[in-house]
This record gives sequence, C-alpha cells and structure tokens, in this order.
Amino acid sequence: MSSLLSRQLLPLLHLYSRCCMKMLRCNVRLPVLMLLAAFLSACEVSGLNNPYGDEDEKLSVLYQSFSERPKHLDPAVAYSSNEYTFISQVYEPPFQYHYLKRPYQLEPLTATRMPDIVYLDQDGEKLGADANDSAIAFTDYLIEIRPNIQYQPHPALAKNAQGDYQYHRLTAGQIGSSATLADFNATGSRELVAEDYVYQIKRLAHPKIQSPIAEMMKNYIVGFDEFAKQLGDKPKVEIKDRPLAGAEVVSRYQYRIRIKGKYPQFIFWLAMPFFSPMPWEADAFYEQPGLADKNITLDWFPIGTGPYWLAENNPNRRMTLVKNPLFHGEAYPTEGEPEDKQNGLLDDAGKALPFIDKMVFMLEKETIPYWSKFLQGYYDASGIASDSFDQAIQFTGSGGVALTDAMREKGIQLQTSVAISSFYMGFNMLDATVGGSSEQARKLRQAIAIAVDYEEYISIFRNGRGIAAQGVLPPGIYGFTGDKEGINPYVYDGLGDTLQRKKIDAAKQLMSEAGYANGRDPKTGSALILYFDTTAVGVDDRPTMNWYRKQFDKLGINLVIRATDYNRFQQKMRGGNAQIFVWGWNADYPDPENFFFLLYGKNSKVQHGGENAANYQNAEFDRLFEQMRNMENSEQRYRIIQQMQALVRHDAPWVFGFHPKNFSLFHGWYKNLKPNLMANNTLKYQRIDTAARAEKRQVWNKPVFWPLILGGVFFVLMLIPAINAYRRRVRETIQ
Amino acid sequence: MIHYIIRRFLYAFPLLMGVNILTFVLFFIINSPDDMARMQLGQKHVTEQAVENWKQQRGYDLPLLWNADAPQQEKITQTIFYQKSVGLFLFRFGVSDSGRNIGADIQERMWPSLAVAVPTLIVGLLVNICFALMMVLFRNSYLEHTGIVLCVILMSVSSLFYIIGGQFFIAKLLRLVPISGYDDGISAIKFLILPVLIGVFSGIGSGVRWYRTLFLEEVEKDYVRTARAKGLSETQTLFRHVLRNAMIPILTGVVVVLPLLFMGSLIMESFFSIPGLGSYTIDAINSQDFAIVRAMVFLGSVLYVIGLLLTDISYTLVDPRVRLS
Repeated sequence: MSSLLSRQLLPLLHLYSRCCMKMLRCNVRLPVLMLLAAFLSACEVSGLNNPYGDEDEKLSVLYQSFSERPKHLDPAVAYSSNEYTFISQVYEPPFQYHYLKRPYQLEPLTATRMPDIVYLDQDGEKLGADANDSAIAFTDYLIEIRPNIQYQPHPALAKNAQGDYQYHRLTAGQIGSSATLADFNATGSRELVAEDYVYQIKRLAHPKIQSPIAEMMKNYIVGFDEFAKQLGDKPKVEIKDRPLAGAEVVSRYQYRIRIKGKYPQFIFWLAMPFFSPMPWEADAFYEQPGLADKNITLDWFPIGTGPYWLAENNPNRRMTLVKNPLFHGEAYPTEGEPEDKQNGLLDDAGKALPFIDKMVFMLEKETIPYWSKFLQGYYDASGIASDSFDQAIQFTGSGGVALTDAMREKGIQLQTSVAISSFYMGFNMLDATVGGSSEQARKLRQAIAIAVDYEEYISIFRNGRGIAAQGVLPPGIYGFTGDKEGINPYVYDGLGDTLQRKKIDAAKQLMSEAGYANGRDPKTGSALILYFDTTAVGVDDRPTMNWYRKQFDKLGINLVIRATDYNRFQQKMRGGNAQIFVWGWNADYPDPENFFFLLYGKNSKVQHGGENAANYQNAEFDRLFEQMRNMENSEQRYRIIQQMQALVRHDAPWVFGFHPKNFSLFHGWYKNLKPNLMANNTLKYQRIDTAARAEKRQVWNKPVFWPLILGGVFFVLMLIPAINAYRRRVRETIQ
Repeated sequence: MIHYIIRRFLYAFPLLMGVNILTFVLFFIINSPDDMARMQLGQKHVTEQAVENWKQQRGYDLPLLWNADAPQQEKITQTIFYQKSVGLFLFRFGVSDSGRNIGADIQERMWPSLAVAVPTLIVGLLVNICFALMMVLFRNSYLEHTGIVLCVILMSVSSLFYIIGGQFFIAKLLRLVPISGYDDGISAIKFLILPVLIGVFSGIGSGVRWYRTLFLEEVEKDYVRTARAKGLSETQTLFRHVLRNAMIPILTGVVVVLPLLFMGSLIMESFFSIPGLGSYTIDAINSQDFAIVRAMVFLGSVLYVIGLLLTDISYTLVDPRVRLS
C-alpha cells in the first residue's frame, strides 16, 4: 500500500520539490516550507482521503457511524436505540434473543438456564403452573447465573496491595489531575455475582437515577414503590444494604424477582439492559464529589461483562468499543432457520465470539458525507437516505426491489426487514365528531380509513419502504397473519391473492350513511371541517400535510392542519384536545400484548395518562385483552387475538397506517448478517473480511491530481496578462 | 486605560443580566419545566410522577422568578432563575439537563471550533486583502471589472453549495482529503484543509469587495499622491502606505469577531463532523436543554462584549490620535 501511495504521490512530490526550489530562490522563509512538508508527510502516512489512522490495520475493525450522540449509557436510564447500540455490547442481562431463530425466542446469556417461574397465592403458597390467573397473587422468577464471569478491567474495581479499593477515596488532587477515566491507570476486575443483578433492580427504583421504567415497575415488582419512597435523596450506594422485597439474593449465583400477579411478558424485560448487572463499586467510585464535574460518570463510562468495553467515549466525534480481554466466552449459534445454512449464516457455527476486535463509531450528522464515505469503503454499513435512494435501489418489474448495477459492481449487499413498529392515524375517541361508539361516528371513521391511501403514502414519501397495515400487529408478532383472516375487510377487498383498497365510492356511501353526504356537515350546510393535530411544522412537511388534505378532500372534508411544536402537541393529547393525529409504536418485546395495550381502556391517555392515545374504550376488547395478555402462545390465544383485531377494525379508532421497512446496505466484506429487530447485542456475531476491505479501499480511493495541475496552469496563464498589464502601467509616462 | 476597561466591564454587567433575563423569559414562554422533563424522559412510559421526580431532581420544581411561599430573601433565591442563572456570572455553567458538566463540554469543544475558525480567518484575511489590493492595482481595467463580476457571483452562491460542492469535487471525485471527520493533534490537518479552503473561498466575494472599497477610499487621498510624486512604485504605495492606513476599519472588523471564533460555525461543523461548539447550542435547543442554552447565550454575550472592548483598545494601538477616556 505504501508503494502504491508513493506512486500516487510522485507527481505531487515532484511539483512540491520544484516549488521548494523556486521558493528558496525567492527567499521564502523556512517555516512555510516546514508547514508544507508537515502537511505532505501527514498525507503520506495516513493516506489521502482515509479518515482513519493506520494503527488499526492489523486488527479486525468495524467502522460505523451515528448521527445523534447518546444521552445516557447507564443501563438503568438508557432507553433509545442509539443508546442500546453501545450499551448492549457492554452490559449483559441474564437473557438474550437467539440471533438466528424465528419467531424470536429468548435464551440464557449469563444465566445457566431459563428462569424457574413459580406462581404464589396471597399467602405465599406455591400454585401449579396451570393455576387460575385470579388465584395468582405473585410470581417468582428464580434466576441462576453462571460462575466465573468477570467484569471488564475498570478503575472502580482496582485494589491496592492491602486489598482496599484504590480509587474509592479519591483526594481533591487526584480528581483535579484527572480529565477522563483513562487517567486512572490501575484497573481491576471481579467475578459477576447475583447481588449485582439485585443491586441494579434497586437502582431502577432510586429517584436520583430516574429510570424511565421506574413508574411502570412499581406496578409489577413487589415492594418497589415503598423502596423508592424510603430512598428519597439518599446517596445511590445506600441501596446496597437496604432490602427490596421483590428482588433478593438467594445465593452467590442465584437471585429471585417477585412480581405482583401474573405478567408473562416480564421475561422479555429481563433481556433488556435495564436488568443488567451493576457492581456496587461503580456507584461508590463515580459518586465521589468532583468526578461529575469532569463528566466522569457511570452515565458516560459503562462497566460491564459483555464482549466489548467502551474504550473511547467522545460522542461529539467518535466512540470506540474494544474487545473485552476478560470476556467469559460465547459460541456462535449452531442452529437457525432452514435457509440460514445455505445463506452461509452457520459457517461460523460453534466458533468463539466475538469476531471483531474493535468497533469505531464516527459521528456523522449529514447524509451526504456519510453516504460518500460508505461508497469509498470507509463505513462498512449504511442506511439509505431519500436523496441517495435512487442511486442505490431500483424497482424490478414485479414490484420487488433490487440494488442498482453500480451497487452490485461494488459487491454491496441489500438487507430488508419489516420493523416491529406500527404507524397509525388515530381518532380521539372522546371527540364529539369523530369519537364515540355511535354508528354515525364509526362510519365516518371507516370512510376516512378507506380514503386515506397509505399505499400511496408509502410510495410517495417512503420510497416504497413500508407495508400498509391491516391491523394492530406488525409482521413478526404472534397473532399476525398474512392470509385472508389478516385483511381489514372494512378497507380492503380481497381479490384472489391480491388486496384491493375499496373504491372511494364505498367511502362516500359510508359518509352518506353517517349523515355527511358529499362531505357536507348537516349542522352548517358546508363542508365538514376536521382538525389534524401534528408536530409537522417545517417547510419540508408541507407536501405531507397537503397529501393528507387531499385524502380528506376525496370525501369533501375540509381538513385543517393544526401544527404545533412537540410539547404543545403532547399537551393537547394529554388533555384530549386533539381530534385526528398520527402516532407510532416501536415494540419493546415481541408479544401482541405490547401492541394491544395501546388500545386498552385502562391505558387511555386522558383518563389514566397511559399510551392509549386514541382513548379507545370497548368493554369487550378490554375483557379479551385481559384474557389474552397472561396467556402462553396457543391456538386459543391466537383466536382471541383475531377477535380483538376484528373489533378494532370494526370500531376503527385508528386508520391502520403502515409498518416501516428497513433497507440497509452492507459491503461484501461484512459477514454473518441477519436482521434481528429485537436483539441489540448482535455485533458480537458479525465478522469483517479485513483483507477484502483493504483491497477494495485501495482500488476505490486512488487520488486524482490532474485537475489540480490543470487548475494551477490555468491560474498562471491568467496571471501573465495581469503582469503584462501591470508592467505597461508602471512604464506609462504622464502625457 | 485601566479605568476605561473596568468601567466597560461594569457597564457590561447590567447588559449581561438583561440578556440572561431575556433568554430565561423567552425560553420559559415556549417551554415549561414539564415540557423539558418530557423531552428528557423520552416518549415511552412517561408518567406524571416521573415528570415531577425529574423536576425535583433538577431543581425545576421551584417557581420561575418569584417564590411567594418562601420567607424573606428566599422569595428570590428559591426560584429557578436565581438557582440557574446567578452562577453564570462566576462562569459556573453547571450541569446540562442531560447530566453533563457544561463547563467541561465547552472546554473540550472550543478547540476544534478554533482549529477551523482561526486558519479560516487568517488565510481568508490574507487572500481577501491580496485580491482586493490587486483589484485596486488594476483599477479601471478589464481585470478589475472581471474581478467585481466574479466577486458578485461568489457572493450570490449559498455557502451550503460551496460545502457540498467542495466535498463532492475535492473529497469525492479527486479523493485528495477525507470528506469529513476530525482528529487530534497533527492528524487534524488533513481534516481541516477542506473546511478551511471552503471557508476562505466562500468569503472571498464579500471580503474582497469590502476591502477593495476601503482601499479605493484611501488611494484617492493626498498622501498617496505625495507617495507617488516622490517616485514610489504603485506596489510600494499600496503595500506600504495604503494598506497601513486602511488597517483601522480592517482591524475593527477582525478584532470584533475574534472572541466569537470560539463559538464555531454550525453548518461547517455539522457537514464536516467537526466536534466544535457550533452545533452545541442548536443541539441543546432541539433537545430543550435550557442549561446549555442559557450558558451558551451568556458566553456569546460575554465574548461579544469582550470583542467590542478589544476593538476599542486596538484603535489606540493603530491610530495614535485615538485616546480612551
């Protein structure tokens, strides 16, 4: 590579030496020459357009980007996908999602096996597995973790020769001389124990930590609320010795979580970073006065047992994860779906994880440089922004998608997956016009559901990246069905194998039946006016808002856009003052309960401050929900889910919008890729063919010098007439 | 002069207090502490209790400007304004609403901003002055007319175009420098070439025309005629006499922006992924982080006041006729 670079730099160096000679003749000062030499040598060492140093050339390094700096890296607080990208590689909850198997299923991570679940009655007596839901007062989750799991090396765990923690009593001088965590030279480690998991559950309750799930966990974990009230403003480390009834250590490697009643979905929470272990030493170290002033906090420098540790945290520029030298070891899965073998996803079966030595995440706020760097091979993966969509993707004759020839020539791979998310247009069911359970309002909502053509929306605004929703559940969630039963009969007609949105005439007929013939409001005699509340205030949002107006205009309805900022919008929603709105939900876990609860009456936003933004109330739906949520997946549960779907389709509190489709691009050297929308710790399974990447980068990034030389020559030629003109002027004599 | 400087700083005090109050009022007219809490807590599972808890932990559960329930002087001190704003006058910026120390963040982020802004200013100044002097040298010729037309064209193009065009041509097509990024120390040079080049180029149009006007005003003066009459060449006249006498307005324009160089450039830093202060304020506004917004507005005001003071002082250095009193 260096010889190639030398060849590429030869013309420049030649030019440089000529310039040097000329400048020397012209008595140009030494510092200028030194600066030029420094610039050229810097270019030579690190490559001309390579944004990375060459110190990592011998390692398997993954290069990715992030556009928004994570706010929190404390697993008790972090809840966004951009935060999980980092902490999921560092922290290890007891369970994880299997990387390859579908439907998604949990497997032990640090646990020895899946938890022992015990149901208890009000008196604490054990009940059978088939006990009636109403008899179950508590559920115990007994979890056993594996021994000999070590924490990453960390100053919080460093001990001196006497066995005392070296950095738990820092002096003002020590703190003053430290700018970052790396300034604490000594590190230590210790074995992961059950107490660390219990400690973290207690941390979730501490008011100072402000975990986003604290309020929710009060409803589930026994004694959680009382524990939080006891703590008040007490230091974080005090929780270590205070008992929490719902989380207790059974033995060095066993702990028990007791929750109220039966909540089968709780197991999914145990696969999220909230329930990762936290050594008490971390709080003891980070809580020392003065460290927070230097931004040395647990929220910024994690401490975990996972395959990677955060070696550099500069979210204004770069975040670097490096292989944890004390990682307990894990093997690549040996089982998957039938097609995984032929797709090469089991080629590494049984091999030790992780494959990648180091991961470099660069801050990239703008899409243009991000995309260009991906094409230059400096990022291993990329999403597709709308302005580069046509460059990357083409639609095939059958309506499918494929990479363009330019992408295929580069060996780029396309991966698509339907997100476990739902976007919908909601009606405020408390509204006098569109809400309520009256026949008139229902028909009005159904008419709007037909008129708002989400297939068109997906085509225009999302470059085809999405599928129109037929119900509450997205694909991948138990209860979703793609067959005839899964069609929304109030909006679509099934024509053989294809779906056809009902004609607008059907919607107009419903409008007439609702008393709004031709969109006329009988009270005013003019067009019915409806209000669309949105946060879309920008100029870029105008086309979307115009599109919504056009959809309602098909029915003769005058849609008034009420755009406000996010806070005002939230305020309107909380007060029940919005009429029509669009909203979305991203699954916390792959269970239908996590979507149907968005329509559960006791979750209504206005009355209960919950997530039921439409304030939908239907006694039958609520009854079915209460029955379904505690059931294991079974034929009976499936039937109940279909009944619930049918009820919601009929009542139409939502216009089912779409489920987004993710398009991701990966270079050919990026291996073991399978979309897993629930797991966040997937980087440990992935592999980079570094030799192939280095070769491609060389080919794609040869510098081009001739336009520079041409520009220089042109500039000199431009100067000649100017110099001549100046000379003429100087020689001119006054007449 | 010391008295003058002290007096100016004392004048600045009520000004900064006014800026502080204005920022506070404007911010809280748009955002209530509840809004801030909801923005920080995210969108999922946010309950009223969680909001109350956030406010209490961050000190946003106090009244805004006047605490009627508190005794005596605590009516003023036990308010959000007092608790959050008074420390600014001691340059204690406090902690951002997301929990980071703002002072440490500013210290860390000002260097990359300076790394782009200082060379852009110096190189830009040299280039603009050279081109402006050349245009004055060739005044009333086709070279000057062509130059003016070029300057107007350059002025008319959006700086965003220069950024995207520069990235496309130099970094993507010619592959001579990285398209974006930043590094520490000497390695930063390769990342700075393109933004500095674009910064200088995008400023040539307006800069050259402004300096040309200044120089043209000077070349018509009597001392220039005298210099020519005593036999100095045109270049000697321009560089020795005209340039020196035109330094006062040049200095005014330059010195006043010097302190503001710390604040960085939003667009440039965003497109080139330079971790400076430019995007710090905008990010804070987007995330409704009042602590950062008020700190940055305050810092901007202080730097502007310092800039004006430095300008006044620099007058005395370049023009002996000026006395500060």
